[in-house]
Amino acid sequence: MISQFFVLSQRGDNIVFRDYRGEIQKGSTEIFFRKVKFWKEDGQEEAPPVFNLDGVNYFHVKVVGLFFVATTRVNVSPSLVLELLQRIARVIKDYLGILNEESLRKNFVLVYELLDEVIDFGYVQTTSTEMLKSYVFNEPIVVEDARLQYSALFMQGTKRMPGTAVTKSVVANDPTGRRREEIFVDLIEKISITFSSSGYILTSEIDGTIQMKSYLTGNPEIRLALNDDLTIGRGGRSVFDYRSSSGTGAVILDDCNFHESVHLDSFETDKTLSLVPPDGEFTVMNYRLTQEFKPPFRVNTLIEETGALKAEVMIKVRAEFSSSITANTIMVQMPLPKYTTRASFELEPGAIGQTTNFKEANRRLEWGLKKIVGGSEHTLRAKLTFSPESHGNITKESGPVSMTFTIPMYNASRLQVKYLQIAKKSGTYNPYRWVRYVTQANSYVARI
Amino acid sequence: MAPPAQSHRSSSPSQPSGKGEVSDLKSQLRQLAGSRAPGVDDSKRDLFKKVISYMTIGIDVSAVFGEMVMCSATSDIVLKKMCYLYVGNYAKVNPDLALLTINFLQRDCKDADPMIRGLALRSLCSLRVANLVEYLVGPLGSGLKDNSSYVRIVAVMGVLKLYHISASTCVDADFPQTLKHLMLNDSDTQVVANCLTALQEIWSAEASTSEEASREREALLSKPVVFYFLNRIREFSEWAQCLVLDLAAKYVPSDNNEIFDIMNLLEDRLQHANGAVVLATIKLFLQLTLSMADVHQQVYERIKAPLLTLVSSGSPEQSYAVLSHLHLLVMRAPYIFSSDYKHFYCQYNEPSYVKKLKLEMLTAVANESNTYEIVTELCEYAANVDIPIARESIRAVGKIALQQYDVNAIVDRLLQFLEMEKDYVTAEALVLVKDLLRKYPQWSQDCIAVVGNISSKNVQEPKAKAALIWMLGEYSQEMHDAPYILESLIENWDEEHSAEVRLHLLTAVMKCFFKRPPETQKALGAALAAGLADFHQDVHDRALFYYRVLQHNVSVAERVVNPPKQAVSVFADTQSSEIKDRIFDEFNSLSVVYQKPSYMFTDKEHRGPFEFSDELGNLSIGAESAVGTVVPAHRVEANDKDLLLSTSEKEEIKGPSNNGSAYSAPSYDGSAVSAASQALSELTILNPSVPGLTPQSSLAIDDLLGLGLPEIPSPAAAPSPPLLKLNSKAILDPGTFQQKWRQLPISLSQEYSVSPQGVAALTTSEALLRHMQGHSIHCIASGGQSPNFKFFFFAQKAEELSTFLVECIINTSSAKAQIKIKADDQSASQEFSALFQSALSKFGVP
Repeated sequence: MISQFFVLSQRGDNIVFRDYRGEIQKGSTEIFFRKVKFWKEDGQEEAPPVFNLDGVNYFHVKVVGLFFVATTRVNVSPSLVLELLQRIARVIKDYLGILNEESLRKNFVLVYELLDEVIDFGYVQTTSTEMLKSYVFNEPIVVEDARLQYSALFMQGTKRMPGTAVTKSVVANDPTGRRREEIFVDLIEKISITFSSSGYILTSEIDGTIQMKSYLTGNPEIRLALNDDLTIGRGGRSVFDYRSSSGTGAVILDDCNFHESVHLDSFETDKTLSLVPPDGEFTVMNYRLTQEFKPPFRVNTLIEETGALKAEVMIKVRAEFSSSITANTIMVQMPLPKYTTRASFELEPGAIGQTTNFKEANRRLEWGLKKIVGGSEHTLRAKLTFSPESHGNITKESGPVSMTFTIPMYNASRLQVKYLQIAKKSGTYNPYRWVRYVTQANSYVARI
Repeated sequence: MAPPAQSHRSSSPSQPSGKGEVSDLKSQLRQLAGSRAPGVDDSKRDLFKKVISYMTIGIDVSAVFGEMVMCSATSDIVLKKMCYLYVGNYAKVNPDLALLTINFLQRDCKDADPMIRGLALRSLCSLRVANLVEYLVGPLGSGLKDNSSYVRIVAVMGVLKLYHISASTCVDADFPQTLKHLMLNDSDTQVVANCLTALQEIWSAEASTSEEASREREALLSKPVVFYFLNRIREFSEWAQCLVLDLAAKYVPSDNNEIFDIMNLLEDRLQHANGAVVLATIKLFLQLTLSMADVHQQVYERIKAPLLTLVSSGSPEQSYAVLSHLHLLVMRAPYIFSSDYKHFYCQYNEPSYVKKLKLEMLTAVANESNTYEIVTELCEYAANVDIPIARESIRAVGKIALQQYDVNAIVDRLLQFLEMEKDYVTAEALVLVKDLLRKYPQWSQDCIAVVGNISSKNVQEPKAKAALIWMLGEYSQEMHDAPYILESLIENWDEEHSAEVRLHLLTAVMKCFFKRPPETQKALGAALAAGLADFHQDVHDRALFYYRVLQHNVSVAERVVNPPKQAVSVFADTQSSEIKDRIFDEFNSLSVVYQKPSYMFTDKEHRGPFEFSDELGNLSIGAESAVGTVVPAHRVEANDKDLLLSTSEKEEIKGPSNNGSAYSAPSYDGSAVSAASQALSELTILNPSVPGLTPQSSLAIDDLLGLGLPEIPSPAAAPSPPLLKLNSKAILDPGTFQQKWRQLPISLSQEYSVSPQGVAALTTSEALLRHMQGHSIHCIASGGQSPNFKFFFFAQKAEELSTFLVECIINTSSAKAQIKIKADDQSASQEFSALFQSALSKFGVP
């Protein structure tokens, strides 16, 4: 049970504020904002998502830079409230198409309509985008998202997706007056991997999710077929036991969970999920696997002392995926010793779309690459200068190298949607189906 | 429920600041109110939006209340909804104006459109104005019978709202019984779920005054009701499922078959994508199997994978909430998770609150088979850019070392930390090496060799400095420079800001003195002089104590500072297992995230589903309830456990706080003493100019220090008769007691003997309660059975509102009473203690 819900901008302005029980004193938004802003004096530590101040519990999640906050005096389930906040953000996004400060400010009356129905007297009533439709009477005012990052995520070369589709509201009318029948199924995988200094994989995990966003009228039933050789659970073995499947090609998930609407009746026999997708965006399935997989990138780092107060760093990144695939927005970072005063960079000849930077404030080297084509290799050399004060082991005090990237139309787990079947209403009914894959780095780290 | 005051901090340019705009709005609204012109609704919409937007950013727009109500006569539903929102926000502060809205809301409650009926009813119930409740009963009654489920859903919550405005109106209208009927018969699951929510709140609140409500609350937990819900759980929304699971977690099944039925029924809930459903299911499974050890363990194995999946899917915030629960389970049963240790490795981009939890889990699951890898991983973090985490990692290595049998490799690693030459690494490592030596004295040679190379000038942090000084004192025999390093530290006494360091310095120099008298005598003299002049009470007292004990008898002094030591086998846990159990009982609540039981951070009325009738650590509350009522058997058990715990903990804590000297039978080396006495006599010679004041041998030290010591009252003197007067009719409610007990420091902690008559009279706790009451010392909670009794007393000064709080543990077999006193006025606690003791001593004496 929650007492208040509010959304604050990055600067702490109220964008939406709803008090459901009237049992928390005035000024809770400011109290919250001040506490989060100045959690620790040095500003180094982030405020945890849940904290208690004078008997009031504050929950928050950060979505697109905004704070979605709930307060309560009751000892509630933290998972429930945090899950709810996340869900409210998603429902609002379903209705507004794009969720950001501007769209919230323009549509706050619609948001209040939603909030009135989502929560009553502090208790959750429904978070189903579909059920809420009958209670919403305001037309969303659509804002333009200049960046369109989300759809860019899936773009691979010339295979262009309808970029605006995923940002359209579930209730907005198309300018052309007709609704396009379409459904999006996205496989998003996040890789966590740690390489030892000798390049050996210490830990690796893929956290995947199958997201669905349906714009189909009449809620037809959908069947989603996954790999035939898919198995779930690794029996009694330790999850980090790599002997299991290497070579056999089977996909073995450690564990997974499913959306409420998913029926698993035929999952055992033909690896098919059947569901009637609700409106809006939702997660069909989350999965996790620690099965051995081929890492998309290999990173090599060399540090050499080249003088009394000088050293040279060489970072080499090799893309180990097919040349038909291109990774984008790659960022390589490496902390340098505290006493580093200067860094000069040398890129390989003919490098385009690469940036280098030495962040003096936190002594960090940053190397950005717009694109990396599969099979290619890129190198960065950096000359470091140190201050004359005493310094210890340079190698020990730098690193680890970390990487972030996005690889569209690629997934490391080899989990696939074999087919997407929509129960047909008529012979001519043939909606657009988009199945998209993307892999991102969660924690991609190479020690030195 | 007015929105918060407008912040002037950083309002964006579009945000107006106040009055002018509001009066503008007022006149514009007035113009539109009577208008029937076409397009008037659109203009109204724009104006209403402005009003709501001002309201949101905190501008007080209550001034337009009348105009808003006038404009509300419309069939436009968007306008209606905005108007409802506005009215709900300001009705409470404008109760008179709220009356204006009743009319149109009541009319809307009878609208043909169920949507309008529902919305109007919700707004009507949200007005929160007490003198309007009479208008609620009718619409609510028909709302509950409405044929639209939407209206019924709203009406059920409306009943709960009414209850909060006026409980008697709600009960008199017999709404709870109507809800009960709906709960068991309605076809709509959300109606059913809301009925359950409302009834739980209403009957819990009523239960304290009404037996019927208390029975009804029990009935919610009866088998038919619980199974009625469980069997339909899949029809409920995911949020309502959580509600049902919470209900089931409080149900006590009659036999094991029932337990297995429930678990089989809910098994697939563990695969739900909503973490709240999964955690609620886990809580239920853990609760159900508490009495079946083997099944309980199977549950742990079963829930591992779903929990790990939830941790790695979803937003960082959600995963933190789940990780906190995983942390709790790992701490309870580390062996079950020992093969999953790699899941607890930190990722570079995780926030520090996540890393801290993971480090603790890594520490807990370390065992013979994985220690090497875990420690290797932790050593990677020691060079981390995030310094607090680097520190935690080093501490984690130390903790693992302290819980392992084979610490060979770890000691090497720790010593490598010392060689890293980073200040914070050195500091942390020193503290660890100290603890390690207390447990494994056999490593002293290796450690001392490395520690000896550290210059005390490079160690600035008090904890680390204290650790280094402790080692200098403890191993002064092995460390050649010890007396000289100590001496130089004492020379800089005035610059040492930490009292902890100065205390350690005193003790270390004493220890060193007995081991290497000639080299240390000068330093000892300087340290005692500086200590006696110290402004810090503890430092002063310790210096005085050392001084006097040396004066009294040198060999006794040596026995005090250098007793033969036993290695510390187990370090005291920071959290008692009672508290940990309490947190476990509150699984799937904030208690787990805060790592505190709910009574520590929530007032009683807001404790939610975890209501405990008892407040102070399982003790029965209130003198009245203790007198004449039978304490339920299970509670007594808990009391015993509590008592045993608190005493054994005390013993464990004693060790560390006394520099690890576990006291055992004294035996000492005579030669060292004689060397010391010799050194003392030499000291006299060094200071011949000071005239002797006392004829005893202690004279020498007196003279040496050359201090004009103030007359100190003899400790042997009988306590003077207490002048303190207590209020015989003192009153304190348990909540305040608890709050004070948490806030105040212990001002006095003592052990008394209880007279044999007292012991004989203490057959039940009530006897003592009555006796103490006669001395104006009142009991707020008591518990226990022979031979262990525990009491919480309080007393107030007669003249002023100044309270004393007492925790008193009496063991009748040892005839000892341990008391802890906390007081508003700490200066009076000594006096109060005397009074308490005298009252206690009269117990049982006719």
